[in-house]
Order: sequence, then structure tokens, then C-alpha cells
Amino acid sequence: MSDGNGKRLKVSDKAMIEMRGVNKWFGDFHVLKDIDLTVQEGERIVIAGPSGSGKSTLIRCINHLEPHDEGSIVIDGIELTEDLKRIDEVRREVGMVFQQFNLFPHMTVLENCTLAPLWVRKMPEKEARDLAMKFLERVRIPEQASKYPGQLSGGQQQRVAIARALCMNPKVMLFDEPTSALDPEMIKEVLDVMVELAQEGMTMLCVTHEMGFAREVANRVVFMDAGEIIEEAPPQEFFSAPKNARTKEFLAQVLAH
Amino acid sequence: MGMEDITGRPAPRSKRLTPLVWAQRNLFSSVSNTILTLVSAYLLWLTIPPVLDFTIFSAVWTGTTREACLAPGAGMCWPFIWANIDQFIYGRYPPEEIWRVNLTFALGAAVIIPMLIPGLPARRLNLVFLLIVYPLVAIVLLAGDRPGLRPVPTSEWGGLLVTLVVAVTGIVASLPLGVLLALGRRSNMPAIRMLCIIFIEFWRGVPLITVLFMASVMLPLFLPEGMNPDNLLRVLVGVALFSSAYMAEVIRGGLQAIPAGQYEAARALGLTYWQAMGQVVLPQALRHVIPGIVNTFIGLFKDTTLVLIVGIFDLLGQVRAQLSDPNWTLPQGALTGYIFAALVFWAFCFGMSRYSTFMERRLDTTRER
Repeated sequence: MSDGNGKRLKVSDKAMIEMRGVNKWFGDFHVLKDIDLTVQEGERIVIAGPSGSGKSTLIRCINHLEPHDEGSIVIDGIELTEDLKRIDEVRREVGMVFQQFNLFPHMTVLENCTLAPLWVRKMPEKEARDLAMKFLERVRIPEQASKYPGQLSGGQQQRVAIARALCMNPKVMLFDEPTSALDPEMIKEVLDVMVELAQEGMTMLCVTHEMGFAREVANRVVFMDAGEIIEEAPPQEFFSAPKNARTKEFLAQVLAH
Repeated sequence: MGMEDITGRPAPRSKRLTPLVWAQRNLFSSVSNTILTLVSAYLLWLTIPPVLDFTIFSAVWTGTTREACLAPGAGMCWPFIWANIDQFIYGRYPPEEIWRVNLTFALGAAVIIPMLIPGLPARRLNLVFLLIVYPLVAIVLLAGDRPGLRPVPTSEWGGLLVTLVVAVTGIVASLPLGVLLALGRRSNMPAIRMLCIIFIEFWRGVPLITVLFMASVMLPLFLPEGMNPDNLLRVLVGVALFSSAYMAEVIRGGLQAIPAGQYEAARALGLTYWQAMGQVVLPQALRHVIPGIVNTFIGLFKDTTLVLIVGIFDLLGQVRAQLSDPNWTLPQGALTGYIFAALVFWAFCFGMSRYSTFMERRLDTTRER
């Protein structure tokens, strides 16, 4: 599937996400340190790093699930401030997939997918249902539409979560360790969906330990440690010639098995 | 039928035991169990026969005067109940206006029962009726504060009517207020959180009797001259605020059981705070605490009897009042009255309890793992 340099897909010059000098603290703990990161439209970024390095916090700042303390974050021309209207505006355009799926257990799969189109986009019910079925077909589980999340396997649930996010037609998709809570045999079905999404040109930021996925679809791998971006490089360069000692150490650990 | 089925395994042992074997296994399996069984049997023998005798075998079912119940050894005196049934239900409400109370009851049933049946359409409209239209209609009908209807002051209301007015007001007001207070107590905004904590802890910290006294005796002293809200109205407000504080804590328990990820996922999809709460968090949280909510409802329903101490005659108060009627002085009068009141309260509370069990089981199918 890979073309060797991971750049087969076109990337526009338009900046989709711009983070400048972003700092964040949890109490005394300095969790993000002077983060500068620009993501072009259509780019696919994989964020890697040891646990506790601030990867999840970084992407959670992008849709303001975590407020940042310093610096600026601009998404598609909208700067994130404490202004609730702008936050909602950004969230409508940014889809997110969580490690724990976070499907709504009291709603069917279909209702999970139509909730936001109905309430946020004010879409007519029929249209929302058709849209949801379209995306459920794309993640290959239209037959589960009337089931409840608790009746599905982990891999199926995560695919529903992806479909649910896509129903809002987001410009950016954030993935926060989407395969970490899955049994090994289910990881592939979720990654396959994500690879397809990447090939369609979706702008993606993905926190993951799946280095195979990074090699296959990422334009850039961002390596974080202790709240800082230590290294940023195209996957080939990142895996074959890491510059930083901490990157080398990390790669030695994750690629050892 | 052989001892083995086709799989070759021994047939499962029958679950059915003969009564003798069952008794031996469950009642007389050891010395201490045998003693417990015998003591229990003795206690039941002491209590059950007299109760059955009084309420059923020796009960007087027919008759119109107290003489019917004066036979030696006569039990529960139903003629006393039938003769006073209007007072028990309507209090001192003028007899020729009783149709207004009945109409209010009927309308209430017509609004509440469809609300309780799951899966009926137009629930939102129904809720608007229950929360806004019905209370207004009920006030107009009962108080008669409109041309064409004779005004009936609340001091003439009584019996089951007052019990239901207080309980339904408390129940209907405490749920939405409780939700708001519970959300407020978990709010990120310090001022709102503080206000809600103070409100909840204040109302939870004082006994309901104190609240009723304050509402009925103290409040008029603080209000400006000439402003004197109705006694029953003051009690209703007191009961509603009191029960909403309890409800808030029950609902907060449910909110805490919902993982933060649910709220985050809803917000990440672009839902507002109120949409995320209303569509995602609260439906799950309330489901978790149905037993606690119904528990509070039942407690509230029975606590309405306390309004007696501020001079409002609910069902129990009205029963007590009729007991002092010289036409009905009977040795078994008090017992009869209290058993009747207990039966009525029990019927309502048991109904609520059964309904909550039904809802729990129904909603549980969506959470099967």
C-alpha cells in the first residue's frame, strides 16, 4: 500500500492547524512545553512517544477538551480562546476518536451516529439517518445499526466511533490511541478503516504506538517526550535515521518486538 | 427416561424437592437452624392469627352506624370508613363542589398515566402538559379563583386531596430542581457550585417539621404587611425545596457513575453543555439511580403526613379528626382508622415501587453486555 515515501497523497499549502508556543500545566506539572506544530490540510501526522509525554494532552488541546494556558492554537483560521462560540465552531469541524471508544451505551449504533447531525447541524431526521448509514457502510458495519454498543466487539465499537465522528463531515480527525484498548485480533480492522480514511485525503492527527501504521500513511512522525516535541521527520527518516538519543531509545523499545 | 441422556452424562438432578426434603434442607439443617425455625414459627403463631382475625374474620363489613360495630370481639369497623369516606378524600371541601376535585383527579390521571407508559408518542408535549398546563388547570379548578367557580379556600381542603397535592407538587418539582442543583454542584463555576452546595446542605440539614413551621409561622413575620401567601402554598414551596435537596444528592450519585469520556465525546461532537447533559449524561445517570429516586418519592409521599402540625389536614390528619366524632366513638376506632390510612398509603407507595422495578427492567435491556 505504501509508495515508499508516504507522500503519494497531495498536501495543500493551507495550514489546518497551527500551534504556536503552547504551554500547559496540570497544577505544578508542566505537561506541554513550548509546542510549535503546523499541520497542512491533507497531512497525516503520527504523534509517538513514551506514556506521560503529553501526546494525548496535545491533541485534546486542539478541540479544547483541555484548555491551553499559553500560546495560540488556530484551527482552519479560527483561534481557540475561552470564547464558547468559537470552541463549538472548532469542535463541529474536528472529529475525535478516543481510546475507550466512548460510544453512548443507551443509544443504538445508528442513534450514536445521528445525534450530532440532528442536534448540532439541525439536519432533518431522514437525511441524518441516510448519512449515518453511508458512513456505517464505509466502516463495514451497516448490519449492526440497530444494535446497542454493548452488543458489539471492541473493534466494531471503535469503527462505529469513527463513523460517528465522520457524520459531522469534519475537516480534521484526531485519534487518541484508537487501538490501545483493543484485543490484538481487532486492531487490523480499525487500522484498515483509518488507512482508507487517510487515502481519501483526510487531515489526521494520530496518537498511536502502531509504528506500521505510521510507516504506511504518515507524512510526518512527531516524537514527544516530557511535554516537548523532540523530533519531527518523515517516517522513513524517522525510523531509519533518528537524530535524538531519546528517539533512538524509544524506537529501540517499540521496534524490539 | 434413563439416568443418562444421549451425551452420556448423568441426567441433571431434578430441582424439585418433596416438601419434606425441602423442609429438612432449609429449615432443620442444623441445631441452630432448628431453634431459629421453631422460634420464628412461634412468633408468627402469636402475631398472624390476631391480625387476620381483626382485619378479616371479625371485621364488620356492612352497616351504617356505630352500633353495627359494637358487638363484643368485633374487628375492623368498615361502616366507620364508609360513613366518613368523603372527609377522608376531600376534607371539608364543600360537598356540592366535589366534582371539581374529581375532575382534577381524572385530568391528573389522564396526564400522568400516558407519561408512565414507555413508547407512547408525543411525550414532549405530554411533559409540557404535566409540568405547566396541568398545575394551572388544577389550581383554577380546586381553588376556583375564576368567575363562574365558587372560591374554595385551601383551609377547606383536606384528606387524600391534600396528600396528593403536596406529594405530587413535591415529586414533580423536586426532579427538575434536583437535576439543576446536582449539575450546579458539579459545575466548574465556583459561584454556582457554592450556591448549590449551600442550598443543598441547608435544606438537607433541617428537619422537615422545622421547614413546615418556618413556612407557616415564621415566614409571615418577615414578609411585608398585607402580603400573606396562602398557608398551603407556603407549605408546598417548603416541601418542594426540601425534597429537591434530597433529589439533588441522589442524582449527583448517578452523575458520578458516568465516565468523563461520555461528556467529552458529546462535547467533541459539537454538542453544547446542555445538549451533552440532556442527551448523553442525564439519561444514563437517571437510569442508574431509579431506585434512589423512587425511594425519595416514597419517603416524600409519606412525609406529607407531617403537614398536620401546621394545621393542614391530610389523609392521616383527617382520619384522626374523624376519630373524635362522638357519633363514632368505638373501642376499635383508632385501630380501624390507622389501618385504613396505612392501606391507602401502602397502595400508592407499592404502586410506585412496582413501577420503578418495571422501568429498571425495561431500560436494562439496552445495557446488556
